[in-house]
Amino acid sequence: MLSRTASNLFWTGRYIERADFVARLVEATARLASLPSTYGGDPTAWTGALAAAGAAAAFAKTGAEPTDIAIAPFLTVDPASPSSIHSCLELARNNARAVRTALTREVWEALNGAWHEVERFAGPRLSRVRLDDLLETVHRAVLAFEGAAHRTMLRDDAYWFLQLGSAMERADNTARLLDVKYHLLLPRDELVGGSLDHFQWVTILRTVSANTAYRWVYRDTVKPWLVADLLIFNTQMPRSLASCYEEIDGLLDRLGKGSGRRGPAHRTASAMLLGLRNTDIDAVFASGLHEFIGRFLADNNRLGAAVAEQFLF
Amino acid sequence: MPTGTFDEMNGWPGSGTRPAYGEVRRWLDETSPAILQTRQAQAELLFRRTGITFSVYGDAEGAERLIPFDLVPRVLSSAEWSRLERGLVQRVQALNALLADLYGAQDIVRAGIVPQELVALNPQYQLAVAGHTPSKGVFVHIAGIDLVRTGPDDFYVLEDNARTPSGVSYMLENREMMLRLFPELVARSQVAPVETYPDLLLETLHSVAPERRNGDPCVVVLTPGPHNSAFYEHSFLADKMGVELVQGADLFVRDEVVYMRTTEGPRRVDVIYRRLDDAYLDPLAFRPESTLGVPGLLSAYLAGNVALANAVGTGIADDKAMYSYMPEIIRFYSGEDAMLSNVPTWRCREAEHLSYVLDHLPELVVKEVDGSGGYGMLVGPHASKAQISDFAAKLRAAPEKFIAQPTLDLSTCPTLDGDKVAPRHVDLRPFVLTGADGVKVAPGGLTRVALTPGSLVVNSSQGGGTKDTWVTG
Repeated sequence: MLSRTASNLFWTGRYIERADFVARLVEATARLASLPSTYGGDPTAWTGALAAAGAAAAFAKTGAEPTDIAIAPFLTVDPASPSSIHSCLELARNNARAVRTALTREVWEALNGAWHEVERFAGPRLSRVRLDDLLETVHRAVLAFEGAAHRTMLRDDAYWFLQLGSAMERADNTARLLDVKYHLLLPRDELVGGSLDHFQWVTILRTVSANTAYRWVYRDTVKPWLVADLLIFNTQMPRSLASCYEEIDGLLDRLGKGSGRRGPAHRTASAMLLGLRNTDIDAVFASGLHEFIGRFLADNNRLGAAVAEQFLF
Repeated sequence: MPTGTFDEMNGWPGSGTRPAYGEVRRWLDETSPAILQTRQAQAELLFRRTGITFSVYGDAEGAERLIPFDLVPRVLSSAEWSRLERGLVQRVQALNALLADLYGAQDIVRAGIVPQELVALNPQYQLAVAGHTPSKGVFVHIAGIDLVRTGPDDFYVLEDNARTPSGVSYMLENREMMLRLFPELVARSQVAPVETYPDLLLETLHSVAPERRNGDPCVVVLTPGPHNSAFYEHSFLADKMGVELVQGADLFVRDEVVYMRTTEGPRRVDVIYRRLDDAYLDPLAFRPESTLGVPGLLSAYLAGNVALANAVGTGIADDKAMYSYMPEIIRFYSGEDAMLSNVPTWRCREAEHLSYVLDHLPELVVKEVDGSGGYGMLVGPHASKAQISDFAAKLRAAPEKFIAQPTLDLSTCPTLDGDKVAPRHVDLRPFVLTGADGVKVAPGGLTRVALTPGSLVVNSSQGGGTKDTWVTG
């Protein structure tokens, strides 16, 4: 496969995943922000969302007041904002358009259709109803894209590069969400901040679509250390760091079969997976959750560079 | 001689429906305009979703536009088609013979048929490949011959496109659309299929691969990239052939061999179907500022290690001044008369012709000899006085850059316009493939239609549309 094609597919996967994450982040934030403060409603919810999307600096440059009225469109429909859903889908589409031949018609049409639909929502103001409509649209579009890829693409390099980009972005997103909320996720023996924080934890779970999954896994009320455990170590949870790295490791295995070689990307990923397998949530809290996430984000970026190096992007 | 405009369905004014259109006529009579409009909207939606778009240069808003698709097919009987086909084969064989000669012994120049200066002073003549015979001797692997019609038996060649003719993806997608929207009509009409075109194209490209000791030949499609107006077509053809779609930066040349950069290291390339003009192919040989090409490509080509389709330098054959000599050129190489006529052409490079043209501008169509896409041309009968006097000044300044032709009364074809079906002028671009093993023509081609009432300009960059083209019976 052409290296450029591989690169375009990798980034298509990443941007779709990011669009999906931002959509769920906005959805969960809107819900949290609309709660009365006596029930944990948090006026800083929207600035937290900006941070989790990695868009705080870009938003500060616009000079707008950091309220939901400005932040929601900035994260969703603003073409000038680099991490808006609109921008993510546009970049995904541009990457996909350059490699039309590597995608099936169904996959391309799902993505192209999604972009045209999101275009309809462009504009400075976004009512709550339209916002919900938009998020629903994105949600469905991403499912359609994934479903089309799953059902129609050959299981070859094209598919694996697309999935690789998606898995790496998913790991990055989960880690960034944890990084913004790490102060809420406390070890078992720490005094828990009371019922107000409950809604914050639920918001984290909602952002990764894991509200119900949590209960199936732990059969317990929402406890902050278990939330952290779920998102970092649980391999049944598709957005957990461990789960993402199992997938990444497997994909790099398949990609390496073509050439029969293991490259730097492969070694980095295997080392990270091993690291995740050989530690647990107590050890992470002992050494500091924030520090752990910081190291993980740096390693994930390093893997991105190693992938580019190994496959000659 | 009947008067009025010949219509593809209704013939001369006052005569009945032509036999080839029997099924289409019945279908038009039975189907309400409202249904046609609904289907038209459906077609547009499907094209947009598939991303079958093109870009118009110098139009910021229309970054990606749809070429309007008209539902009413253009029909040719198999008898009409087989006559056209023979003429097309003859013509493309002559184009290939002409190029072999012009880049070889130049017999035709010495015989006094083509003037020396038209070759030597022509910017389309690539000195860099003079004396070089491309792999298997084929120059024009893919030709698009633009035909127009003025009567039942009167077809004229308007232009030969021997560089990188486009539009074949619309020929294929239009058929898919008709099959999807009106399956019974297509089945009833016994339409000759065009879907084998990608296979024929791949066969043609394989057939001209340079010999090498091991492995199957590796074919790629070279595109200028997603910003090119025909990018959709490039990706479409690569996809249908199952070959890589590459950009210049994906290729490199080492020791006069072309490789592509893959995730598993370099892979050798044997045949490049390039959709890039000569000038951009190789910054070392042609335009140094081009970032679309591949440094060293020309040296690999001249060493015979890679085939380019079409070959370098074919622009000299589709030059519009050269066009005017085609009847003599065909006779020179084949000993036969041309089966397809040329449109009478005044070569403005010749003083007598120039003065005639200047005197008759309001009746003539004037084109740049190396222009394409309908850019930079004057359609006399539709031009204002100011436009005509501006153009006259351009002509006087550089007459050798222009040719002029009478305004032909192009045939019309029924076309959906809002809630009614009305006649609109059409042309036809069949696609002709030449490989080491002979010449093949896909049945039909691309029919382009001028959607504005009375307009004769069918180019998609000028707002023209397309129709499915049927060869029936």
